[in-house]
Amino acid sequence: MTVYFTREHEWIRIEGDTATIGISDHAQEALGDIVFAEVPEAGRKLSKGQEAAVVESVKAASDVYSPVSGEVTEGNQAVADDPALVNRDPEGEGWFFKLTLDNPGEVDGLMDEASYREWVKTL
Amino acid sequence: MSGDPQGGEGFEKPALEKLALDEWHRRQGGRMVPFAGYEMPVQYEGIMAEHLWARENAGLFDVSHMGQLLVHGIHVDAALETLLPGELKLLGDMRLRYSLLLAEDGGIIDDLMATRRGEEFYVVVNGATKHDDIDVLKHRLPKDAVVDHMREQALLALQGPKAAEVLEMLVPGVSELGFMQGGPFQACGHPAWISRSGYTGEDGFEISIHNIAAQQVADWLVGDERVKPIGLGARDSLRLEAGLPLYGHDLDRSTTPVMAGLGFAIGKRRRAERDFSGAARIFKEIEEGPAQKRVGLDVEGRQPVREGALVLDGEGNEVGRITSGGFSPSLQRPIAMGYVASHLAEPGTALKLEQRGKLFDARVAPLPFVPHRYHRKGANA
Repeated sequence: MTVYFTREHEWIRIEGDTATIGISDHAQEALGDIVFAEVPEAGRKLSKGQEAAVVESVKAASDVYSPVSGEVTEGNQAVADDPALVNRDPEGEGWFFKLTLDNPGEVDGLMDEASYREWVKTL
Repeated sequence: MSGDPQGGEGFEKPALEKLALDEWHRRQGGRMVPFAGYEMPVQYEGIMAEHLWARENAGLFDVSHMGQLLVHGIHVDAALETLLPGELKLLGDMRLRYSLLLAEDGGIIDDLMATRRGEEFYVVVNGATKHDDIDVLKHRLPKDAVVDHMREQALLALQGPKAAEVLEMLVPGVSELGFMQGGPFQACGHPAWISRSGYTGEDGFEISIHNIAAQQVADWLVGDERVKPIGLGARDSLRLEAGLPLYGHDLDRSTTPVMAGLGFAIGKRRRAERDFSGAARIFKEIEEGPAQKRVGLDVEGRQPVREGALVLDGEGNEVGRITSGGFSPSLQRPIAMGYVASHLAEPGTALKLEQRGKLFDARVAPLPFVPHRYHRKGANA
């Protein structure tokens, strides 16, 4: 199991050909109180970099992009029902969606966790 | 993830001024963002918690970016009445009035608070517009009127149901003020002009104090466990719930007092005399009705609909635009404000909103969304 991060503050956890995707602790902290989350439905095909989910705080609306291509197997109904879950546990229970990878090679070039945490400190 | 996750205001030029309390905000954990030409705290612990704190306890806001002006000269009241539609000649000493600075076509240049202090008027205008306002006042007021920009004064607001009991401990006698009344006091040994006013819908005070005394007063106030510092984010959600328009969003030069539902700011005598800037258009709108009106909107579902979204009628025709919108922390649902065609402005009217290609059901709602709790003398216990 390996976790990668994007420069747009998504995280992606890879287990075999399955990926779980969410937003980083830094992203939830920056957004502030999250009041709305919209997650993709199972069966939706996503290409790398495509808008996949919506997250809104009191202050601002953002799109969550898919870091890889694949077919959505599950959107996290728990965050749609209780968006504040993303604030409480962004890199755990507050995940947005799972997908089956089209091309496992697409994660090459994403940051590993240590690199991301270091990079975020420079922002 | 798209966008600036800080939710920064953007579109600001880089040369930003610092507030007298800049260091103080940072020490309190304030997240500073560009706003109205200043670095200002958008939040400390979080907008939701700060908003609810101000509704239940007392919140301290630094609004020193706003322009504090002193207008003096011979017959200042009459001079100001050429540009403001309010009753100023008969305004009692140390009384405040909400008013509007009007362009010749009746458009709103700014909204403001004007207080009579003897023969002078103390005027508080919006931060982003203050330099333009000063230009307008200097050029369009009769020559005898002199406008001083009180750059050395900070402005703090203490708002919430516990504001009076807290401030009374620092400034004995202050709780005797009624809503929209002010006076000279001492705070921490420094002269302070304090009025019972604000822009949250709650009871509260605005405290004008010299920059060098601002930190001492702010420290004293947050030293009381009933007070927390509140950022711009919650200031915006509080005023939206209170149905109060924000200049640059809900009001601008293309809106008139009649469109904006601010007819109460036009004094009774002024309605008879019709002698202020923009009166021709404004009275035509009063008589014939404006093309559009400012309304509140309850939005179905949980997703906020924000400034810039379109308002559509049942057939999908564009009939207006959202000028403020967000998630209401007190009501825990999205609310919005905007302009719609006048025949669709009745509370209860069903409308659609369109944001980023998505349609939302909405209904015109009476304003305010959350009842005002001002301390009106005689009305409160």
